[in-house]
Order: sequence, then structure tokens, then C-alpha cells
Amino acid sequence: MDTPVIKKKLGLKDRYAAMTRELAWDTTYQPMDKVFPYDKYEGIKIHDWDKWEDPFRLTMDAYWKYQGEKEKKLYAVIEAFAQNNGQLGITDARYVNALKLFLTGVTPLEYYAYRGFAHAGRQFTGAGARVACQMQSIDELRHYQTETHALSHYNKYFNGLHSPQHMFDRVWYLSVPKSFFEDAYTGGPFEFLTAVSFSFEYVLTNLLFVPFMSGAAHNGDMSTVTFGFSAQSDESRHMTLGIECIKFMLEQDPDNVPIVQRWIDKWFWRGYRLLSIVAMMQDYMLPKRVMSWRESWEMYVEENGEALFRDLARYGIRKPKGWIQACEGKDHISHQTFAVFYNYNAAAAIHTWVPKEEEMDWLSEKYPETFDQLYKPRWDYWREQANKGNRFYQKTLPMLCQTCQIPMIFTEPGDATKIAYRESDYLGNKYHCCSDHCKEIFDNEPEKYVQSWLPPQQIYQGHCFKPDVDPTKEGFDPLLAVLDYYNMNVGRDNFDFDGSEDQKNFAAWRGDFTQGAQK
Amino acid sequence: MSDVFIAFQDNEDSRPIIEAILADNANAEASYPTGLVKINAPTNLVIRRKSIEDLIGRSFNLQQIHVNLVTLSGHIDEDDDQFSLSWTH
Repeated sequence: MDTPVIKKKLGLKDRYAAMTRELAWDTTYQPMDKVFPYDKYEGIKIHDWDKWEDPFRLTMDAYWKYQGEKEKKLYAVIEAFAQNNGQLGITDARYVNALKLFLTGVTPLEYYAYRGFAHAGRQFTGAGARVACQMQSIDELRHYQTETHALSHYNKYFNGLHSPQHMFDRVWYLSVPKSFFEDAYTGGPFEFLTAVSFSFEYVLTNLLFVPFMSGAAHNGDMSTVTFGFSAQSDESRHMTLGIECIKFMLEQDPDNVPIVQRWIDKWFWRGYRLLSIVAMMQDYMLPKRVMSWRESWEMYVEENGEALFRDLARYGIRKPKGWIQACEGKDHISHQTFAVFYNYNAAAAIHTWVPKEEEMDWLSEKYPETFDQLYKPRWDYWREQANKGNRFYQKTLPMLCQTCQIPMIFTEPGDATKIAYRESDYLGNKYHCCSDHCKEIFDNEPEKYVQSWLPPQQIYQGHCFKPDVDPTKEGFDPLLAVLDYYNMNVGRDNFDFDGSEDQKNFAAWRGDFTQGAQK
Repeated sequence: MSDVFIAFQDNEDSRPIIEAILADNANAEASYPTGLVKINAPTNLVIRRKSIEDLIGRSFNLQQIHVNLVTLSGHIDEDDDQFSLSWTH
């Protein structure tokens, strides 16, 4: 009888090493530097790639197994949601407008992240970093797909969800997320990881995927909360990739410290500006509220960020330059941003509204130092005007910040009654920025940011019309022609929620009687 | 001293994991934002495979936590028997 050979199973660390970096080799037909040419030009010095530590030791076989399990759970929820007409169980049709922003502004970023990580996963000399980026690349592609699938159900019932990718490439407010990611993935691989994995995912994305998703659950949207939490669980791995990359760069060479610090300064601020839209979704677009933007910021950024930067202080890294101003902004940005969408709602493929009285009470309670003094009077005035039949729609185009591409709506630090304007001169032209930090980012790389595709400028130059449009024709309406180029259905996708088709349909389906249905 | 944290979807699969964490980490505290269980602990937190297995009465692969994990903060150290989070500075 044969004696069975007892093969000891490898431990997790050895198993991971065997399945990742031991599958890599140093090239001999061509020098390594020629095979991996893109991870040197940023100035980051790496002496020993073997020092790269993999925080999560998830091998490909385990990845398939657990991600497959997660996905099956998610699709079961999505299917049950669809079969049970889950869209009727949400609190209020206003909520769906947050999903419209998510589908057009966030989901396409997942696709960009997939491309960015696929690129970084090819370009790092170290096999550990390459494998981590390749896995993240697959995660991002999955997120793009699961979010699209989950939200496609809403497209059957609500307006404004029909052309997310088309809109992402054209619509004015979507140039904010689009340019953010294009800025990141046109950097080198180390800057890309610092931007996306560290500054955005470690420091900021919890705000989108945790409190906002809790809000989705609270508003009866089981499908969104499930894809949100499912995506965020991959985010945990991405965050650790970010912090690992930072530690690795800082430990490899002291010359890397100032480069990394500048990237942290830049990308924290870029990410913070990008999240203005999440702030307004959290405070204004969840009819049943769970947590204010301010509270979320304190829990996930202030507390967590303090811990993180205390830990990084040993390398000579300090908190990002914009930290204090961003923390001051927690009392303001949600109000300032939603007010802009309210103003420009003729040109936005979502609905906006004046918050209801009890919603304003909640905002007053959550923002005791700012809401009643600065923001409520505006809402009261707009409501009064709307009730008189003068719902105000801004019809001119705003001036944008050259860096973050958000209209110049943000106020001076320490004075929330004064809009902040900054400008820089470059090669004889003037460029405008919304803040000291956006200006500093511009001034560090003007040759990059002068190429920004700014929607108002593009519209005025005539680049945002369909090819067969003739602007010299009598009765030509440039705004309508632009909205047509966006694939927006004017009168269905845009304007106030009050009186919208979404409002009437939802009320009719639920058998409710509302003011809007009556109109 | 900084807190580490870890959050899971609030469901039946997570229950023994949460119970094991709270039993093994005397300073850990759980909170329940809608849909979630979030556990904070000062400086460090450990998840032990053995403790979960004792609770569920069958073998458990620690990487199964990925199925219901939502988010975390701190440096990770992971092997077959335990998963830990810590801030060392």
C-alpha cells in the first residue's frame, strides 16, 4: 500500500508570494528599464522593489471565489428589487436625482479607473505593485458594470438616465469628474496611485460609499446600497494599496518625500472639490436623512485623516495644505453647490427643488452656525419667487475654475459672504481659479491646465452643437442647441422637480395625491 | 492615540465575525449606522479565525470576510489565523 505523501499546505504569506511575484522574472532579451520605461520620469527613486509589501494577500483564485460570491449576492438583490417594483418603495421620487448624478458622474469614473489601473498594472517594474494594480483594474471594471446594471432599472421609470456615457463626455457639470480623472491618469504611475488610491480612496471615498449608501438604504433603495457596499469592500483593498504605495515611496528614498507631499497637497484638494457634489447629495437629495455632510466629514475625514497623517508624520509628511480650508468648508459646500444646480437647472439633466420646511429645520439644526444666517434666506426668497410663478433659471454661462472646472461659487476662507477669485498669468493669457489651492495646482503645471476643456468656453466657440446645426438660421436658440447636443430631453430631464414628469408619474404609481400631480 | 475601524454589512454572515471581534478586543465598540456594523478600537484590533470557528462550529477561511466587508482604516497584517489592523505611531 502506498503511503500518502503529506504535502504541507503553504501559509498565506508564502502562498501569496508564490502566486504573485514568484511568477515574475527579470527580462534578459531587453533591459528591464526598456521594458518598464514609465516609472522613472516622475523623479521617484526606487532602490529595491522587493521591499514592496502586499497588505491584502488575496491571490487570484481567492479573488474569483469571493468576488463571485459577492456578485451573486448583489445580482440576487438587484433582481429581487426589479421583480418587486422596488422603485415604488423609495421614499420620494426626488431621491432618484441623486442616482442620476451617480450614474452620470461617478460610474464613468469607475471605467476610467479600470483603464488607469490596467495601465499602471503594466508599467511598474515591481511585480507586487503590478499584481495589485491589475486586481484593482478588474474591480473597477466590475463596479462600472454592477452600477450600470443596478441603475438601469431606474431608467425604465425615470427621466435623465438614458445617456450617461454620452453626457459624461459633454455636459458642463460632468466635466468636473471627467477632468479630475483625466488629470490623474495622464500623470505617471506613482502620481496616479497617490491621486486615486491614496488621496481619493483612502482619505475621501468613504464619504460616498458609506454614509451616502446608508442614506440610500434609509430611503428604501436596497439595490443601490448593495452595489455601494459591495464596491466599497473592494475599496478597502484599494485604500490599502494607496497607503502601501505611499509608505513604499517614502521609505525608498528621502528625495521622494517632497514629490509625494506635493501630490498629496494637490490630490487631496482635487478630490475635496470633486466631492462637493456628494456633499449636496447627502444634505439635500436624500429625503429621509441619516447624517449630515458635516457629520460624515467629521467621522470619515477628520478623525480618520488625523490618524493617518499622525502615522505618516514619521516620514516627514504633513497634512495636505488645503486641510484646514476643507474642514472649514464642511459647513458651506453642500449649500453652495445645491444652490448652483437650482440656478442652472434649465441646463442640468436632474431636477432640483427648494427644500421643504421640515428639511430646512433639519439643515438649521445640523448647521447651527451657517444655515440660518447664510443659506436659508436665499431658499426663502427663491421659494417666495417660485410661488409667485417666478421660478428663477440662470440662462447665462458661468465662469469656471481652470483647475477643478467648478463654477466660481466657493467663498473666501473666513468670509462666506464673499466669492473667492484668483488669477494667474501664463504666456500672455489670464487664467481663473476658485481658490488658493486650485491656483497653486495650476501654477505648478500650467502647461497641463491651459489645455482644460472648459464647457462655457467650448460652447461660446461653437463646439457644443450637433454637426448639422446652423447658428445663422433665424430663431436659433443656442441653449436649446447645446442641450440637444447633450442628448437632454428638454422639459422632461431638466427644470424644477415640482411639476416634473417624474413627480407626476411617481405620484400616480403610488396613488398619492400631490401638488405636482394636480398641475 | 488613534482609532482603527472596520465595518461590515449588517447581516447574518457578519454576526459571528462581529461577536468574535468584540470578544477578542476588550476596547472595541460597535455602532450601527443604517445597513452597517462599524467597529472602532483604539490603536489596534484583531480578528481571529479560531474565535469565529468556535462560534459557528465549522471551519472558516478568514478571507471570507471580503464578502461582507465594507471599509476599514489602519495598517493591515493578514495571515491564515488572524487579520489585524493597527496604527503604530
